[in-house]
Amino acid sequence: MSTYKVPTMAEMAAAGDSPEVLFWVGCAGSFDERYKAVTQAFVKILNKVGVSFAVLGPEEACTGDPARRAGNEFLFQMQAVANIQVMNGYNIKKVVTACPHCFNTIKNEYPALGGDYQVIHHSQFLQSLINEGKISLKGGGEFKGKKITFHDSCYLGRANDVYEAPREIIKALDVELVEMKRCKTKGLCCGAGGAQMFKEPEPGKKDINVERTEEALNTGATTIAVGCPFCLTMMTDGVKNKEKENEVNVVDLAELIAKDQGL
Amino acid sequence: MSILPQVIFFLIFSVAAYFLFQRVSYLKRNIMLGKKEKRNDQAEKRWKTMLLVAFGQQKMFKRWVPAFLHLLVYIGFIVINLEVAEFIIDGFTGQHRIFAPLLGGAYTVAMNAFEFLAVGVLVSCLIFLVRRNITKVPRLSMSELKGWPAMDANLILIIEITLMMAILKMNAADQILAERGVDHYLPIGNLFFSGLLQPIMRGFSTEFLIFVERAAWWFHIVGILAFAIYVTYSKHLHIFLAFPNTWYSNLKPKGEMKNMPEVTNEVNMMLGIPSEAGAEAPAEIGRFGAKDINDLSWINIMNAYSCTECGRCTAECPANITGKKLSPRKIMMDVRDRTEEVGKSLDAKGAGLVDGKSLLGDYISQEEINACTSCNACVEACPINIDPLSIILEMRRYTAMEESGSPAQWNAMFQNMETSFSPWKFAPTDRFNWADKVKDEEIK
Repeated sequence: MSTYKVPTMAEMAAAGDSPEVLFWVGCAGSFDERYKAVTQAFVKILNKVGVSFAVLGPEEACTGDPARRAGNEFLFQMQAVANIQVMNGYNIKKVVTACPHCFNTIKNEYPALGGDYQVIHHSQFLQSLINEGKISLKGGGEFKGKKITFHDSCYLGRANDVYEAPREIIKALDVELVEMKRCKTKGLCCGAGGAQMFKEPEPGKKDINVERTEEALNTGATTIAVGCPFCLTMMTDGVKNKEKENEVNVVDLAELIAKDQGL
Repeated sequence: MSILPQVIFFLIFSVAAYFLFQRVSYLKRNIMLGKKEKRNDQAEKRWKTMLLVAFGQQKMFKRWVPAFLHLLVYIGFIVINLEVAEFIIDGFTGQHRIFAPLLGGAYTVAMNAFEFLAVGVLVSCLIFLVRRNITKVPRLSMSELKGWPAMDANLILIIEITLMMAILKMNAADQILAERGVDHYLPIGNLFFSGLLQPIMRGFSTEFLIFVERAAWWFHIVGILAFAIYVTYSKHLHIFLAFPNTWYSNLKPKGEMKNMPEVTNEVNMMLGIPSEAGAEAPAEIGRFGAKDINDLSWINIMNAYSCTECGRCTAECPANITGKKLSPRKIMMDVRDRTEEVGKSLDAKGAGLVDGKSLLGDYISQEEINACTSCNACVEACPINIDPLSIILEMRRYTAMEESGSPAQWNAMFQNMETSFSPWKFAPTDRFNWADKVKDEEIK
């Protein structure tokens, strides 16, 4: 009988070891009560498959994405340079993260500051594990034949052209994937990007997450799948706003797989 | 035969060319009010993008109906310009249909093709007028279009319709005159579309028909020259600028924000990191971010002059859809209008950029830029790869770094990040607590 392992880079380095991939947890993954379950689900999958990974643990800091999008370049670069020093110190080559904002920032914006890594989103990582046969989805179970819709997050989709990996995962689950009218390149934002997560919206006639949730509910899906911590929060709030929280779940892709695997 | 028409033509053509040259120089100077930016890497990919997006209109086809109608106008514009080439040669040499005898039957085919396209342009423009003024397609009747922009759009459509009607009338009269054996007029075979107009004209006298034909000819060629100059004052500049605009597209991932090396130097100094970029310390310390048009890149200003105000960006903008003030189209129109204001002032030896006004504040409000989710829907939607988002983000940089004017909740977020390395106020030492639960759990 053994328990799940979550090694840190510091522990690995002390043992003279280095993992294949760094799992970048992100602030939401570390602190958000609901989203911690996604981090835990992903770690369980990594354990189950036997992926050699580690996390930075307390050495991780915000990538700086919201500061940069809100205009505070100094603060962004302070965060980024400090993170890059830590990562380069551990000689990290490959990074996986469940947060599209962290993904975009580390992948596209850290190179200009001296941080060059191969960065992949957890949807791509999970898809490749499925393709390699390292995860064999059972199908059936509680999702069998149910309708699932996928909400594209802007920083995964339009920002980085990742549209198919999340859909491949859902299709592998023996469920019915139903698309919203505004999907893929035309996907509607959940309303949280560009640092909007951290302030109230400007005056308007509606909240963006409600507009998007209505569209998701109109597909008849009982599960709204997302691949982003901010989208998860916004869509969950939207479902509550529409008083559908007893009928409709908002879940992350990693949770879908963990559930299928009985983890 | 009198040489007078040739002289008049030469004068009109020269004056038009002179004005056009003046206008192009003015626009170029205005665009270059923006900051220098080098963006000519990956030339092959840039040519390809231009071919697909501008020449091939790839992104227009996200909306089929307007795309098809626009394609007709676009092909009509390009192909009918071949006929204009003949007009110009005829005008200078005093000939009439100089290519007709040289091309024979091929000329008839070409003329029928031109007439078909002329009718296509005419019908498309009529439908566009209906969409703007009667059915009022939402994105074409928003508040930012009130006044001149709406007038500009309608004028362009009406001018195009009139020009196409002139071609058809000219051909109809021309061929009746040829039938009647009037000097200079050559029979060029059956013309289908203008042939439909002929029954109306057959009762007219030869003198009147010559007048109609000449009037239509002069109207068309002078109209086109005038239109070319008008375009430089209009949103219609996209017919030329779409090409360089797509060539200078941002080829990087859309999510990537431009780095600010001047900040990197300071951050490295603060953190005690030897700066590799020390050698390239900026010669002039400008403003952080953008307050006015000269803080933007010249590519941003070219974007603004290329915008034809179709509003596909605004129609896809989540902030706009949900009733916020932000409209990416208005951002582009504001950049252009402010540039025009500065440009005109400079030409009048006025204050130019230091007139006490600025893009952010007098044209664009904080409320607008704060509403952006940076989702890139506007960038994706633009048929010619205009990038309103980079302008918004540069203005946020100015607000945060030069004025500390960000919304209070963002300032609180900044503070959290400074003190606890997370946008939320949690102790950094608690960052790894999430793992406790899984570490105690047995692997199933």
